[in-house]
Amino acid sequence: MIEIGLGHYLTLGAIIFSLGTLGIFLNRKNVIVILMSVELILLAVNINLVSFSIYLQDITGQIFTMLILTVAAAEAAIGLAIIVSYYRNKGSIRVEEIDEMKG
Amino acid sequence: MIAHALFFYFFSIIAIVSAIFVIVSRNTVHAVFFLILDFISIACLFIMIGAEFLGMMMLIVYVGAVAVLFLFVVMLMNVTEQKLSWFRGTKKTGHIPVGLIIGTVILLELIVIVGGWRYRDSFSETEFLSFNNEFTNTHMIGNVMYTDFIHLFQISGIILLLAMIGAIVLTYRKREGVKTQSYIKQISREREDSVQLKDVEFDKGVKLDD
Repeated sequence: MIEIGLGHYLTLGAIIFSLGTLGIFLNRKNVIVILMSVELILLAVNINLVSFSIYLQDITGQIFTMLILTVAAAEAAIGLAIIVSYYRNKGSIRVEEIDEMKG
Repeated sequence: MIAHALFFYFFSIIAIVSAIFVIVSRNTVHAVFFLILDFISIACLFIMIGAEFLGMMMLIVYVGAVAVLFLFVVMLMNVTEQKLSWFRGTKKTGHIPVGLIIGTVILLELIVIVGGWRYRDSFSETEFLSFNNEFTNTHMIGNVMYTDFIHLFQISGIILLLAMIGAIVLTYRKREGVKTQSYIKQISREREDSVQLKDVEFDKGVKLDD
């Protein structure tokens, strides 16, 4: 409990990861919250990579974390651009109203 | 050792609670605020365990760019649901109290991480965090980033370029009736089309456009 080890950080990452997936499933409001849940998931991955990098004394994990940071920023930009153009066409981004593809 | 435990539990509890609030809060602006709080808590954790460069990158990229982009889009589209928020004052300013609370917590975290820097030596007594004290974290990342991982670095640049082009293409809208420069027209203009030389006779003047 007092001695903080690798397991604590991995647990934190696992909790945040599950909260992110839960956010995707539970969300009934708008698509932006789903994008934020994806950001939470990527954050959990970052926690895992950084804690393993510190634990194994290997800098590679932190370099890969920077790649994930880049991918997360690009994903947010593209996702928000898609949402903006969808909102411009349809006037709403509520999740239950997005059913053009009848999936 | 005990300092490490205290700091870890402080930041991780704030991170988990704010992650819960991100997915349950009814107002999207509040969700973005809690996302910012979550990012800052995790960045403080990264700084604490010795990945300072990544912690600062998280602050700059996530909080400074991504979260502000989210906030911008949310406020632009007016999709926030104000009806069930608890702290509603007037109609427009419903998220000021939540923003103030989150700002206070962020300030508290920053005070803790700055004030806790003096206990940093007691972190490294835990065997998990036995630092390599020869180089700083930024130095180590810089040593390998442009040599061993140059392809990763360039792929990141291409991903960012792709995202930039994609975002512009997706949101670009051509409007009618807007006066703009036409570069093709400007460049392809010739001297013969626009300048005429005339011999002016005495006491007669010049007649143009005949």
